[in-house]
Amino acid sequence: MCTYIVEKAEINGHGKGTADWIRLTRANVYYDHPASAPFDHALIVDFADPSAGPGARISVELSAESAQALVQAIQAALASGQAQHDLVAMGRT
Amino acid sequence: MLEGMLAETIGITGHNGDTIQAYYARPMTADPVPGVVVLHHMPGWDEWSKEVARKLAYHGYAAICPHLYSRLGPGRWEDVAAAARAQGGVSDAQVVGDSAGAAAFLRAQPSSNGKVGVIGFCSGGRQAYMLACRIAVDAAVDCWGGAVIVSPDQLTPQRPVAVIDMTPEMRAPLLGIFGNDDANPDPAQVNRTEEELKRLGKQYEFYRYDGAGHGFFAVDRPSYRPQQAVDAWTRVFAFFGKHLGK
Repeated sequence: MCTYIVEKAEINGHGKGTADWIRLTRANVYYDHPASAPFDHALIVDFADPSAGPGARISVELSAESAQALVQAIQAALASGQAQHDLVAMGRT
Repeated sequence: MLEGMLAETIGITGHNGDTIQAYYARPMTADPVPGVVVLHHMPGWDEWSKEVARKLAYHGYAAICPHLYSRLGPGRWEDVAAAARAQGGVSDAQVVGDSAGAAAFLRAQPSSNGKVGVIGFCSGGRQAYMLACRIAVDAAVDCWGGAVIVSPDQLTPQRPVAVIDMTPEMRAPLLGIFGNDDANPDPAQVNRTEEELKRLGKQYEFYRYDGAGHGFFAVDRPSYRPQQAVDAWTRVFAFFGKHLGK
């Protein structure tokens, strides 16, 4: 179902992408020293396909506060009727 | 200070005879110079670690920073570091082998005065302490190395021996730089490390800074503390000057 519903989170951080779309098979999540964002520590998510080498990685480095806002936005988006329908179909609720 | 320097990425022989990348900076001088192995921190073989190598070269040292995650490349240093993190890091045995290779490279240079030190930051600080116990270096500098003291349940196949337990084998003088606001290592852990060094009669100097936490040399981070960093760098160069014959 098509909607214009967008959950927005105001964030502060840095991100690194790839030149084109890539397959993702793993999310590595950690709170540690970032490579780029100017924080002592950041919530870092590496979306990756380890089988395609280290360059197959889309990384975001967020402040802890930003990460919490993002989690709330994700949960709000997943609370939508369509998402709940899909999760039930997958046996995830 | 030596204004002219050469700095570049080269290949050196490391653990198991593997060729690994290393950033090598050295002053342009006809005089024999001491060497320093620079250990990058866990986030990776980054720009700041290479700046440290160039800083050492400016002060008259041949400095080499081996890429401890080199085997997981090729690729951008931060992608390779992320791959290393995902696999639980690299083994202490490999770090020791790569660092020994870097030290041997420095000693083999015609410009070497025969002395080699090591300096490490964060996880590199822990590794510097370890190298002082494991290989032949003439001085070791541990900058806020965490996890020198660990409990038995924190040991892993990659890191099977607590570095503090290697202290009886320490064979080089050690300089420790710590911020008193650091949580890893915290002041209590630094106290315990110092007690162990004293108990075993090891040669060491510790400098501990109020108003500074972890990583206070990093000029691009909120942790930067310029006054403490400037003072600590003078301690580093005084220590290297005394023990590396410069």
